[in-house]
Amino acid sequence: MANVFAFVESRGADVRKVGLEAVTAARQLADKSGGGEVHALVIGGQGIAAKASSLGQYGADVIIVVENDALSNYSPEVATATAVARIKSGGYRAAIFSTTAQGRDLAPRVAARLGVSVVTDALSVDVEGDLLVVRHPMNIGKVIATLEISGSPAVIAMRPNVVSPTQNPKAGRVESAQPAIDPASVRVKVTETRQGAGGKLDLAEAPVVVAGGRGLKAKENFKLVEDLASAFGNAAVGATRAVTDDGWRPHSDQIGQTGRLVSPELYVAVGISGAVQHLAGMRTSKTIVAVNKDKDAPIFKVADYGIVGDVFEVIPALTDAVREAKKHH
Amino acid sequence: MKIAVCVKRVPDMDVRFRIGSDNTSVDETGLKFDINDFDAWAVEAALQLRDKNAGSEVTAISLGPDVVQETIRKALSMGADKGIQLKTDKIPFDSLTIARTLAEELKPGGYDLILFGKISPDSSNGVVGPMTAELLGVPCVTAISSLEIANGKGSAKRELEGAQEFVEFSLPAVLTVDEGLNTARYPSLKGIMAAKKKPLEVKPVQLSDPQVRVRKLELPPDRKAGRIIGEGAAAVPELVKLLQTEAKVL
Repeated sequence: MANVFAFVESRGADVRKVGLEAVTAARQLADKSGGGEVHALVIGGQGIAAKASSLGQYGADVIIVVENDALSNYSPEVATATAVARIKSGGYRAAIFSTTAQGRDLAPRVAARLGVSVVTDALSVDVEGDLLVVRHPMNIGKVIATLEISGSPAVIAMRPNVVSPTQNPKAGRVESAQPAIDPASVRVKVTETRQGAGGKLDLAEAPVVVAGGRGLKAKENFKLVEDLASAFGNAAVGATRAVTDDGWRPHSDQIGQTGRLVSPELYVAVGISGAVQHLAGMRTSKTIVAVNKDKDAPIFKVADYGIVGDVFEVIPALTDAVREAKKHH
Repeated sequence: MKIAVCVKRVPDMDVRFRIGSDNTSVDETGLKFDINDFDAWAVEAALQLRDKNAGSEVTAISLGPDVVQETIRKALSMGADKGIQLKTDKIPFDSLTIARTLAEELKPGGYDLILFGKISPDSSNGVVGPMTAELLGVPCVTAISSLEIANGKGSAKRELEGAQEFVEFSLPAVLTVDEGLNTARYPSLKGIMAAKKKPLEVKPVQLSDPQVRVRKLELPPDRKAGRIIGEGAAAVPELVKLLQTEAKVL
């Protein structure tokens, strides 16, 4: 039996979906190691405590809440010090984080202070005696490594969307806690978190991603992609590197080897040829749809459903059809 | 300013990889190697800062066997002033081991800034920069896509999922570089010639025991072959039907 720590990401006064996934992954790991407790740490601004109390539903036995007005933006140093203090005192078998911009920043800091190593972008975690065994994509997903972690606690950041948040109610006892260091004393300070346009969904979390490429021909035609995403209602908008390099979309929207890695339920590629660099970021999507005028485009090699055609004709028709289908649900 | 840039030699990803006979490494036969793209952007950032701040110096550091000297020379040919090879038999997977070795080299160096690429595509772990920062006890900002340094202070922007974060920090600091910060210069012929004469110090190092080991490597299962279901808008009803009944995502 061993307890497992989970770091639950927040943004503003909201718990992120990847945070629920971290708790679910920690619960599964605790159960695999003989049924220990899951202790979830949530740090955020005013209002986060009310949101955090639901984590018991996903299998947290204890929910440690640090609610502080000065912490509505992510503070790397406060989060590191607070997580490290808790992990040291808790005697955990493992500490679970998320492979997001925040988790990629935090997990290695925590690990280094604990004197242990860290594996990010974990696809699965298993227990084998004293070892934790993690599957981790290498070489932009073209090679899958099975890694053995012998350090304790094992610090692991899960890839988003590989674990679905699962109801598994536990006590969820809420403990409020103080930041381990004074938030005013930090040397790295996030002065602002600026949300992207129109409250659009988070690429790492969205169950559907609609992405556009050069086939859209001009920046303003990205509206086709946005309209289709809004017809789905649960879709985020992404783009290829060519498009972000040309400034049609911000770099944070780029999906690919040097951008975001996504694995949604459904990926819709609009006017994307399917360069290796792009496929690296989306090939693990569960279902891939591609619309492209060139029937020989490499994207069709990975698309479960391809339509050869003009995006300016096909995408508006698809948008209408999706809107219609959603209406009947 | 004294600036260090940590660079890694990585294979070109635009190939079909083969697993080596030991099942724990990638077969390197026929692979082309170069400096990691993110590290090249880190070198570029360092060079731009040096050129704005008189009396500055850029040191490129790489850990690994003698072949990493090519990678250091690449940074030197772009314009870095000197190089250091932390000589090991191979580049280990374990990030803590690497960060410890780098921190030991960097600690007495008196650097104002230490730059890394945010991730390397081969090991795809993306943690050595922030781990090194923690071991050194200096401020760290990861995955920056803009950077300003003035009066011993810095400000940077980070790209989040669907948002941007604006960050201020004090120096000395460790920064990891994301795409979008700059475009890396190509080495000029003059730069390549000059790089041959720049100092490259080779320091043998002992690695600590790893806590993460590669048990095996595999190629992922192929996706089932793609399928074109039709042409033009006429294929849309069929697509919607398949998304509803077969893929069950609509």
